[in-house]
Amino acid sequence: MNSKGHLRKIKDRIKIGLTGSAVLLILAILAVILGTVIIGGYKSISWEFLTQPPKEGMTKGGIFPAIFGMVFSLLMMLIAVVPVGVATAVYLHEYARPDFILTKLIRGAVNNLAGVPSIVFGLFGLGFFIQFIGGSLDRSLGQSGLFGQPCILWASLTLALMNLPMIIVATEEALRAVPQAERAGALALGATKWQTIQNVVLPQAIPGILTGVVLVVSRGAGEVAPIMFTGAAYYLPYLPKLPTDQFMTLGYHIFVMTTQSPDIDATMPIAMGATLVLLALTFSLNIIAIIIRSRTRSQLRKGR
Amino acid sequence: MSLKKTRFKYLGESLIEGNIKITAILAIIAVFLIFFFILRESLPIFFNGEVQQEITFGKFFQGIQWQPVSDHPRFSLWPIIMGSLKVTMIALVFAVPVAIGAALYSSEFAGRRLKEFIKPVVELLAGIPSVVLGFFALIIMASFLKNIFGWTYRLNAVNAGIALGFAIIPAIYSLAEDALNAVPKSFREAALGLGATPWQTAVKVVLPAALPGVSAAVLFGMGRAVGETMVVLMAAGNAPLFSLNPLESTRTMTATIAAELGEVVFGSGHYHALFFIGLTLFTVTFVINLISWALFDGLMSKLYGAKK
Amino acid sequence: MKLKTIMFWASLALVVIMACNFVMAGKAITLKGSDTLLMLGQRWAELYMQKNPGVVIQVTGGGSGVGIAALINGSTDICQASRSMKDSERKKIRERYFNLGSEIPVAKDGVTLYLNEKNQISELTLDQIKDVYTGKTTNWSQLGGPDAKIIVYGRENSSGTYAFFREAAMKNADYTSSMQSLPGTSAVVNAVAKDKYGVGFGGAAYAKGVKEVAIKTAKGSFKPTAETVKSGQYPLSRNLYWYVRGKPSGEIKKLVDWVLSPEGQEVVKTVGYFTVK
Repeated sequence: MNSKGHLRKIKDRIKIGLTGSAVLLILAILAVILGTVIIGGYKSISWEFLTQPPKEGMTKGGIFPAIFGMVFSLLMMLIAVVPVGVATAVYLHEYARPDFILTKLIRGAVNNLAGVPSIVFGLFGLGFFIQFIGGSLDRSLGQSGLFGQPCILWASLTLALMNLPMIIVATEEALRAVPQAERAGALALGATKWQTIQNVVLPQAIPGILTGVVLVVSRGAGEVAPIMFTGAAYYLPYLPKLPTDQFMTLGYHIFVMTTQSPDIDATMPIAMGATLVLLALTFSLNIIAIIIRSRTRSQLRKGR
Repeated sequence: MSLKKTRFKYLGESLIEGNIKITAILAIIAVFLIFFFILRESLPIFFNGEVQQEITFGKFFQGIQWQPVSDHPRFSLWPIIMGSLKVTMIALVFAVPVAIGAALYSSEFAGRRLKEFIKPVVELLAGIPSVVLGFFALIIMASFLKNIFGWTYRLNAVNAGIALGFAIIPAIYSLAEDALNAVPKSFREAALGLGATPWQTAVKVVLPAALPGVSAAVLFGMGRAVGETMVVLMAAGNAPLFSLNPLESTRTMTATIAAELGEVVFGSGHYHALFFIGLTLFTVTFVINLISWALFDGLMSKLYGAKK
Repeated sequence: MKLKTIMFWASLALVVIMACNFVMAGKAITLKGSDTLLMLGQRWAELYMQKNPGVVIQVTGGGSGVGIAALINGSTDICQASRSMKDSERKKIRERYFNLGSEIPVAKDGVTLYLNEKNQISELTLDQIKDVYTGKTTNWSQLGGPDAKIIVYGRENSSGTYAFFREAAMKNADYTSSMQSLPGTSAVVNAVAKDKYGVGFGGAAYAKGVKEVAIKTAKGSFKPTAETVKSGQYPLSRNLYWYVRGKPSGEIKKLVDWVLSPEGQEVVKTVGYFTVK
């Protein structure tokens, strides 16, 4: 009996160890990918690499235009997605009654939006933004090929739409964390609803919203499928100036370098270096998000 | 004077509220628009005579060849549907045990410190862009696997499926962990009190209680896998073969759109066919996500009801 | 309040930046089209801009079809194409601009069949190539090689090379479904370089780390070299074109002339294509 129990304990241990090894496997995957990219890429990283354009068919030079284009498009994406996302979340959480049909519709829509495959966003961007909106704008302005073609504007809007649910969810979560008593207090002091939201609720929600923004930037930086047809360019010898220019961006640049470069062996160190830069960026953004979140969490704990 | 001011304030306030509401409604319109425009661009297949000379709905299911650029274009969806299914299944077979195992470990067996370490690590894995995973699978993993197992095809469904697994592990893990964590403490205490071992408690009590949530997590991962593009485009080889063999190279629906949309003639049958594939993807992922969401939501309200 | 101020300054800054850019945006010559020509166009642009400060040349890819469409609707000045225009496309140009546009061959390319360097086979006839790509021949032993399956690599059907190869080497027959189509020529080269039994095709310029196959014709076996491509002895050679609406004039004419000059054609050689003259 005793030995049987002992055996069962050992068996249990092994089984628990198996689930633990799943965690180890995830760690290993992460380590292998990171290790490969760091070992292959660290030698290429230099100040010149970050500040020079690609040269000689991407076999030399750096990745500056790709970094610049990425920042440009991400800024435009944020300008579009943050106000809309925060406003939607404020409506859902502060104004709408939860059982109201419109509220349910919006929630359902947001959830659905989050599950749409990224390439479908690309199709939509091409069909709606470029062909429909851009095409009509061009026709009404009597121009051709200004708005009705792939460019930063449409790519950023496509990315914005894709990331909208993330901002809404993050903001709503942040709003939920603001104690109901504080709202009641402000209202009781004679503040209007909007004043309460503006001066009491939103300031407290900012860390949560910021987490969402950081994650959205990280995700937007690496997305390729939605921008392939809506604005990203293979190579541009100059930096984009207007939202109606095409742009180079890091993720797409990596894709292009690994599949379309004229001399894959000469390009590989640069591709690895670019991947390292992209990974460093998304990882540090993710870590920032994690830090903000754990800080606010511990603050909340203290507050209680 | 002060009356005027309050009136102004009131007006301003209702303006702001109106704005917020309109913005929120924009979100529904956006989803509606996506569906509408993808649908609009696929409709000519059904109604436009000129397009129908090239492609009709029936042609999507005739034969087993996807050969859109040809003297006799063939648009059978079977090979690419098969491709998507094949790669998705491989990804799930690889990712589900790992993700659920890890979720079980971190919610049931790990201490608080360890738990707070595991979560961010998985989030970091989620932070790897899919183009980087594709790059890794194409350049490193494909040759590695081929050399070890001696496969004929370097780029094949298994290679892409495993890389796709990397992409969906974090998604499955975090939903599954949420579901497991939602199971009330009292369940565990009761089981342990009755003499069950921690393992028995985890597998026979907690996991079944959280099962709808765990299945929701798997479905969610499935939706992600079906819709993922860059990994399969780069690592699967993209041959439109109608075959069940996981070691042959394969072409998915997402990769087909990504590879062919660039140079297709706008308004041609091929162009509308690609939008139809997009519509199919949209619908399939929509249904999968809807089921997943309903399952998860149902579980959460049940468990939180039980807590009270 | 703080949030509002930040938003205000951010939007103001954006407006200012955009306004500046509208003022600063100069006139650029745009090149758009074939991915095959992208590398070449890019090098031309780099060099030409170095020699003529003040001229801005914008090069983008997307494919020959995209480039021609852009030329027709006016969103590019020059279209780079790896195939000649189709009749339907010429018709559209004539309807819009009342002329046929100018077709300027700027370089020649030999589409090459790549094999792994360890492969013993070094020449094939066009019929043999056709059989490999239609799926009739599936084993290297049928071609005099070892008993191993042929791993067929090719390009996506959106590529000009795909269309040219299908026309010139396969007499318009369809590719086998088991061909792995990769998103770029270098992906094909890379795959063949790593795959002992692989075969692929693409521009001669890309053939690094792989073996180029000589093509056997009635007149002998030819590898793609400057002479064989120019003389047309190499059967899979093609012109690479620039298309312009109407006759080239002004800055565009200067650029075209430079590209066709010995200096411009020297670039063609360094990139790995063949000169037109």
